[in-house]
Amino acid sequence: MNTVLEARNLSKAFGGIQAVDDFSFDLRRGEFLALIGPNGAGKTTCFNMLNGYLKPDRGSVRLQGKELVGIRPRKIWRMGVGRTFQITETFLSMTVLENVQMALISYHRRCFDLFSRATRLYRDRAEQLLELVSMQEHASRACSELAYGDLKRLELAIALAHDPVLLLMDEPTAGMAPSERVALMALTAEIVARQQVSVVFTEHDMDVVFAHAHRILVLNRGELIAEGTGSEIRENPMVQEVYLGGGAVFEAENEAASA
Amino acid sequence: MGFYFAQLLTGLANASSLFLIASGLSIIFGVTRIVNFAHGSLYMVGAYLAYTLVSAMDLGAFGFWLGVLVAAAIVGLIGLLIEMTILRRIYHAPELFQLVATFGVLLIFQDATLAIWGAQDLLGPRAPGLDGALRIMGEPIPEYDLALIAIGPLVLLGIWLLFRKTRWGVLVRAATQDREMVAALGVNQAWLFSATFVLGAFLAGLGGALQIPRETVSLQMDLSVIGEAFVIVVIGGMGSVTGAYVAAVLISVLNAFAILIFPQVSIVLPFIVMAIVLTLRPHGLFGAAGSEHGAPTEPEQPLRLMGEKGMMILFAAMAVFALSPVIVGDFTTVLLVDVMVATLFAVSLHFMMGIGGMVSFGHAAYFGIGAYAAAMMVKQLGIGMLPTIFLAPAVAGAGALFFGWFCVRLSGVYLAMLTLAAAQILWGITFQWQQFTGGDDGIVGVWPAGWASSDKVYFYLAFVCCIGGIWFLRRAAHSPFGYTLRGIRDSRTRAEAIGVDSRFHQWMGFTLAGAVAGLAGTIFAFSKGSVFPDSLGIAQSIDGLIMVLLGGIHALAGPILGAGVFVMIEDWVTRLAYWRVIFGIIILVVVLLAPDGIAGGINRLFARIRAVRKGGTA
Amino acid sequence: MAVLSLKLRMRPPVLEVANLNARYGRAQILHDVSILLGRNEVVALLGRNGAGKTTTMKSIMGMLRQVDGRISYENQDILGKPSYMICRAGIGYVPEERRIFRDLTVEENLEVGRRAKRENAPEWTLERLFDLFPNLRERRSNLGKHLSGGEQQMLTIARTLMGNPAVVLLDEPSEGIAPVIVEQMGFVIAELKRQGLSVLISEQNLHFARLVSDRAYIIEKGQVRYDGSFDDLDQHPEISRKYLAV
Repeated sequence: MNTVLEARNLSKAFGGIQAVDDFSFDLRRGEFLALIGPNGAGKTTCFNMLNGYLKPDRGSVRLQGKELVGIRPRKIWRMGVGRTFQITETFLSMTVLENVQMALISYHRRCFDLFSRATRLYRDRAEQLLELVSMQEHASRACSELAYGDLKRLELAIALAHDPVLLLMDEPTAGMAPSERVALMALTAEIVARQQVSVVFTEHDMDVVFAHAHRILVLNRGELIAEGTGSEIRENPMVQEVYLGGGAVFEAENEAASA
Repeated sequence: MGFYFAQLLTGLANASSLFLIASGLSIIFGVTRIVNFAHGSLYMVGAYLAYTLVSAMDLGAFGFWLGVLVAAAIVGLIGLLIEMTILRRIYHAPELFQLVATFGVLLIFQDATLAIWGAQDLLGPRAPGLDGALRIMGEPIPEYDLALIAIGPLVLLGIWLLFRKTRWGVLVRAATQDREMVAALGVNQAWLFSATFVLGAFLAGLGGALQIPRETVSLQMDLSVIGEAFVIVVIGGMGSVTGAYVAAVLISVLNAFAILIFPQVSIVLPFIVMAIVLTLRPHGLFGAAGSEHGAPTEPEQPLRLMGEKGMMILFAAMAVFALSPVIVGDFTTVLLVDVMVATLFAVSLHFMMGIGGMVSFGHAAYFGIGAYAAAMMVKQLGIGMLPTIFLAPAVAGAGALFFGWFCVRLSGVYLAMLTLAAAQILWGITFQWQQFTGGDDGIVGVWPAGWASSDKVYFYLAFVCCIGGIWFLRRAAHSPFGYTLRGIRDSRTRAEAIGVDSRFHQWMGFTLAGAVAGLAGTIFAFSKGSVFPDSLGIAQSIDGLIMVLLGGIHALAGPILGAGVFVMIEDWVTRLAYWRVIFGIIILVVVLLAPDGIAGGINRLFARIRAVRKGGTA
Repeated sequence: MAVLSLKLRMRPPVLEVANLNARYGRAQILHDVSILLGRNEVVALLGRNGAGKTTTMKSIMGMLRQVDGRISYENQDILGKPSYMICRAGIGYVPEERRIFRDLTVEENLEVGRRAKRENAPEWTLERLFDLFPNLRERRSNLGKHLSGGEQQMLTIARTLMGNPAVVLLDEPSEGIAPVIVEQMGFVIAELKRQGLSVLISEQNLHFARLVSDRAYIIEKGQVRYDGSFDDLDQHPEISRKYLAV
């Protein structure tokens, strides 16, 4: 089976405003799918319907054939949907390694253990995961001392702890320098390819989107207005009008032409 | 019919003065994020000042209202003084510090009032011109009540206009949301805060001053009103003045009718209403999400397991402690049991706050349940001491399980307030339910079994229980469960995203801390031979907070150090006449000068020594 | 290594930061940072996340405590002054994560920023701001939290302009908003310059920075690593590769 996720006719309204309207898409195994659009287009609402934080008014989401609508977010996570946050969310009073260990402890349902030493559990696996994102040398540092780019990589390791089939990444490169953005997305792409994880991500940095997304969906006012590869989206006049603009702020070649 | 209408009017009149104090509290919290425990003291001082001024002037109706206003204005000035000398220094401290600091201010006020006006209750003058009663539907309604009913909405309107229609009001509302940004836009926030505090203090003073024709002026006014004012603010939504009015009316009117059916209900009714409202609307009737947290705190350092050297020092200290009854006299042995009980209590509170991130203003509830359960089991059910030591903490755990279910639905200040409410409900029940709890007289004659009746034997029994409890919670802090709780405290979003049921874990953490507090209460009951309602009172809860704070909240050893030092200080200070002033000053000194407590101070000392050594060798 | 563009230094600076050091707790964030902002100049402060851009701006704005060095504005020393006095002196700050007052209306948000007119700076009225940000006019009585991300970004800038500043510090205005709004932001900055304001803008987006600013500083690990024009920066691609790694 090649399709991992099928979203069909997703709709959600908030107080009369249609945040997402009849939105459908498929996601293949190992695919890197970008969801873009202006602020308030419904990207976050859409994400929250995929991971169970919001119940759609209509529509269905199937992960490997299993319906996700109506299932609690925690259960959806256990079924193999991981996520990273726009603004990093980590346990700041713990070390980097302990952060990953916590994800493993939860995955193995050991949270109610009152007597073991938490720091001795699943150490090896946690170290492997840190190695995957090249964070092993930071393992014993306090999470609160990390640079932002490193926190992002730590989040990626946490999100991979339960061997997800689908990763939802909300603006994964927000707040990072261009070089770090490229590095983080290259790393993510490599892991995705190796572990056959599928990724849906939202992003405002078009350099990142065009460089890495296999396919792009464009939302505007809750509706899907375009779908295609980077060059198709770039040329689409409707997308240019509502979202991309003249391209001066993200592309060097365009900028030279307009100057 | 007329009778019920009269009850309604009485309720509305009560609502006005409650609204005045609660609105001040709410405004102050909204802008400064400080939960002002001393707000009841401002109310009390307002009443005393109005009493003195109105009696001294004796100018009829004009003199009465002038006296009331001048009293409120003086309270406003006192508020300015407090704000400038104390609160300004703790705006960036965690909410726990602020609460304890304002409790210190409350203690100082209590003794100052006692010194100025004496211990006797004072009967205030009636309001000239409004001292009669009107007949409405056949029932006599005091004219003064009608005046109060009008004053409440008038003040509400005034505050509303102030906040909506003046530039100052817009600035205050902006500061409620982002203080730093308001300063960066050119507003001198120091004065904005001072002015807000003065307004809040003025309203509290006015509330107190307006009460003098209706209530005797006494030294108990502060604590009796503050609990209710908290409840009103929380029901209405922290920071919402309209909410405060609606909540004041709701509580007062409900109360006016409820006492007809069940006269004892007035102590617990506000807290029950609050529990219901918060369960349905976690931010109160008019509160906004995000209003529940004070200043953001700096992240803690990761926990470290104790090294070998530390273990050796710990064992040595414990050995010395275990041998001490052989050396010291019986009197000191009893004091050492007090220290152990306090330590266990403080450690359980620290587990809940430091590890679990749930600030409790009512942890004494579970201490008290443990103590009362033990007393009732031994005295009324005839269960032996040893089974009781296991069963009574289980009862406390069950109590924590019950109240915790409500509490963990909330967070921040709201959670803290609900824990306070739970403790007050229990206190009210023990106080009123005389046939089982003995009411104010408590339960006496709760002695240990014969074999453990000597002070030395009981010391060792307490030693085993307390050290066992402390060891257990320490172990739990390092366990996956403890880490899970800390994780939820750090980031609930992240915890949920890795599949943790954060509410359920917090609930269990709450219960565990409650059960251990119950064990402390059980040991306490047998060591004193009696239990009284104060074992679940506000003061007992605050004692626990002070111990944790004194020791330092960011260290596992904090509560142990804090409890030891606290009991010693208390033992010495309470022998003095004006001990509250001294205690209040000690609290303020700790909060202002050593915010990371004793453990933090020791850590800093070691860090400095290490730095010096490094510098020496390099 | 730093390329100095002397001709830009000839005009008297309106804002001068010299040997600025800033700490958070024990960690030193800025090391001897020196920056000049000329009159009616738009200067970009480039650097990665955590390089010290926001710290520099907050230091200028008096929002940090552990700062030493010299910061002068119109030849007056402002280091150590509280931020409200710095704002009143004529420096406006537009923070990074928008920070509008969510429960206040657009007009009330602007009211918070309002300050008296200043001699050395253009005067902004509600009407003039609404001409610059037409969306805000339509939404003048809406609550801040009901605005879209782009509108919120416009509101933060408008709010700061209400203080009639002579200097504006813009902290990462392009972060997290749609490219089409970033372009609008570019027009706004050009308009501010046309009105005679001086602007210091912190950016990670080199394309955008180049579009709107006259010259740039690159800051890395709390130190200034480059000081010069964008053309010179293009002559030395190794610099931007090393410190910005574009």
